[in-house]
Amino acid sequence: MTSTVSRSGAVAADPMVPRTFTLLSTHADTRDTFTLELEPTDGVRLEFRAGQFTMLSAFGIGEVPISISGSPIEDGPLIHTIRSVGGVSNAIVTSAPGTQLGVRGPFGTSWDVTDAKGGDVVIITGGIGLAPLRPAILELLAERDQYNRVVLLYGARTPEDILFGDEMRKWADRLGMTVEVTVDNGPHGWKGRVGFVTQLISRASFDPAQTIALVCGPEVMMRASANELRQRGVPAGKIRLSMERNMKCGIGLCGHCQLREHFICADGPILTYEVLAPLMQKWEL
Amino acid sequence: MTSTTRTLKVEGLRKLVEELRARGFTVIAPTVRDGAIVNAPIESIDQLPRGVGDQQDAAHYRLTERADGAYFGYAAGAQSMKPVLFPAEELLWRGKRDAAGAFTVQPASNEGGPYALLGVRGCDLKAIHIHDAVLTSRGFSDAHYAARRAGALLISVTCGSPAGTCFCASVGTGPRPSEGYDLSLTEVIKGSSHTFVVAVGTERGAEIMDALGASTASEAEMAAADDIAKDAALNMGRELNTDGLKYLMYANAESSHWDDVASRCLSCTNCTLVCPTCFCTSVEDVSDLTGQEASRHRVWDSCFSEDFSYIHGGSVRESPRSRYRQWITHKLASWEDQFGMTGCVGCGRCITWCPVGIDITAEAAALRGTPSKARK
Repeated sequence: MTSTVSRSGAVAADPMVPRTFTLLSTHADTRDTFTLELEPTDGVRLEFRAGQFTMLSAFGIGEVPISISGSPIEDGPLIHTIRSVGGVSNAIVTSAPGTQLGVRGPFGTSWDVTDAKGGDVVIITGGIGLAPLRPAILELLAERDQYNRVVLLYGARTPEDILFGDEMRKWADRLGMTVEVTVDNGPHGWKGRVGFVTQLISRASFDPAQTIALVCGPEVMMRASANELRQRGVPAGKIRLSMERNMKCGIGLCGHCQLREHFICADGPILTYEVLAPLMQKWEL
Repeated sequence: MTSTTRTLKVEGLRKLVEELRARGFTVIAPTVRDGAIVNAPIESIDQLPRGVGDQQDAAHYRLTERADGAYFGYAAGAQSMKPVLFPAEELLWRGKRDAAGAFTVQPASNEGGPYALLGVRGCDLKAIHIHDAVLTSRGFSDAHYAARRAGALLISVTCGSPAGTCFCASVGTGPRPSEGYDLSLTEVIKGSSHTFVVAVGTERGAEIMDALGASTASEAEMAAADDIAKDAALNMGRELNTDGLKYLMYANAESSHWDDVASRCLSCTNCTLVCPTCFCTSVEDVSDLTGQEASRHRVWDSCFSEDFSYIHGGSVRESPRSRYRQWITHKLASWEDQFGMTGCVGCGRCITWCPVGIDITAEAAALRGTPSKARK
């Protein structure tokens, strides 16, 4: 036996190397939020589960984690809904159709909404938080008769910031979903609710003992929502939250997303309140 | 599996380096540069820090002279082997946009190596195995680390002269490594006799010893090596009480002690850069002026920077208090939940290279409410 080793610098398939996708279209949902349709240049559809995200790149600019907002069960392009809040997200939403973007993933855990079959589903979210929940909503509405009550509580800053408004109306009118919308600030003429989305929880109609709750929003909103749900009697293990953290790799290697022992990108982003409660109660953890 | 313990004389060590180079390895070993022990490629044992010792304490590092001509008579150098297997900057891919707008991504290949790492301390050897767990044992692996690591040969050395910031004995990684090496040397100097007692850890290591014609170690030689390890274990400058450490850290998440540390900590990131197990990285994208060519690089990052935890709206860990807590809690507690092992190997570098001398063993002891065992 000889211990001379290969000099080859070959590196096995690297999960840090993106695939290329072509931007088909960009649709302005609100003043700062856009829905993009992307098609893989290699023709291989990106299979994903509701709640997962990809690492999306504007080449030469940077890469950010973005939830998938399309349907996990229907064929079609990869759909991302993105709020333009920084250099990379702005570069992505202002890309011209035909631009090639980089995509890695999908990564992370799922809402696993089908666990709720036979019972109720309560979805609590606000602003852009509806985007990562849309795949779960489409998944459950495709088999609406398998679930009992399905409730969506949605909050936006102003009526102008309401995301997927037409679609929420369709879900409510034709697909058997109870949709309650509230805004923080209603201008003159706004006839809807004004207040925080968390205030809708105590009055919502669902059976706490037979409910799975899906929550996505700023951490303070998720903590308040989880508290309301607990007060209604929903077990902490049945409350699922989607956590946001800084992510540079999406695959548990870069360390940025750690919440004590959890890598939010790999162990999350969706975790139960049972797991998260003790960690969310500590400042700056 | 192990085979018989061997011995090499100084000339044997010289031949070992020659043999490794003849086999195509780049030999990385301790050298002296800028007043510090620095790992670098060597061509001959003449480049080793012969007759050099060191003196380390909190925020203090000096090289000293040794009269005995030892080749490995100092403790942990400025860096572990981390920069070799897991460089501070790594090209991940290059890409190019053609006239039609199509972007082609070309994954990067590894340059250099394969590496023979010579003179790896017990602490740093353990750190390599910790990186194996962190970077290659889970759902996704660091492809570049994995490729470099697969080709690497590990030759460790017993620390005979631990420094004031060393505490490997209390975390069980040294002064003499018990596993995880191809070959493990203990340098024994008695009068005019200068030998290296070589424990063999792998078939590959045994085969190299055979090729060098290394003789079998005598009982007396092995006993002398044992004594060096035993003495060194008693000469650690510091100590870390690992008893229930995870629960201690978790239970103290809201301790007022973090304010005390924060009043001293500069958030300079030195500790994370010299730590042999710290693995956090960021990515940086670079493009040419036209935007037609781009590349992405993986670079070391640190949980001590404010940007590290930035999400839209602000950083999760804005205060230095929360950042120090994150670092030490990860190292001593959450690492255990994540990887089934502690993230601290007792090398003491974070103590030596902290500009204000913050001491991980003292901070852990303070949380425990006991005085630290710092020698000074």
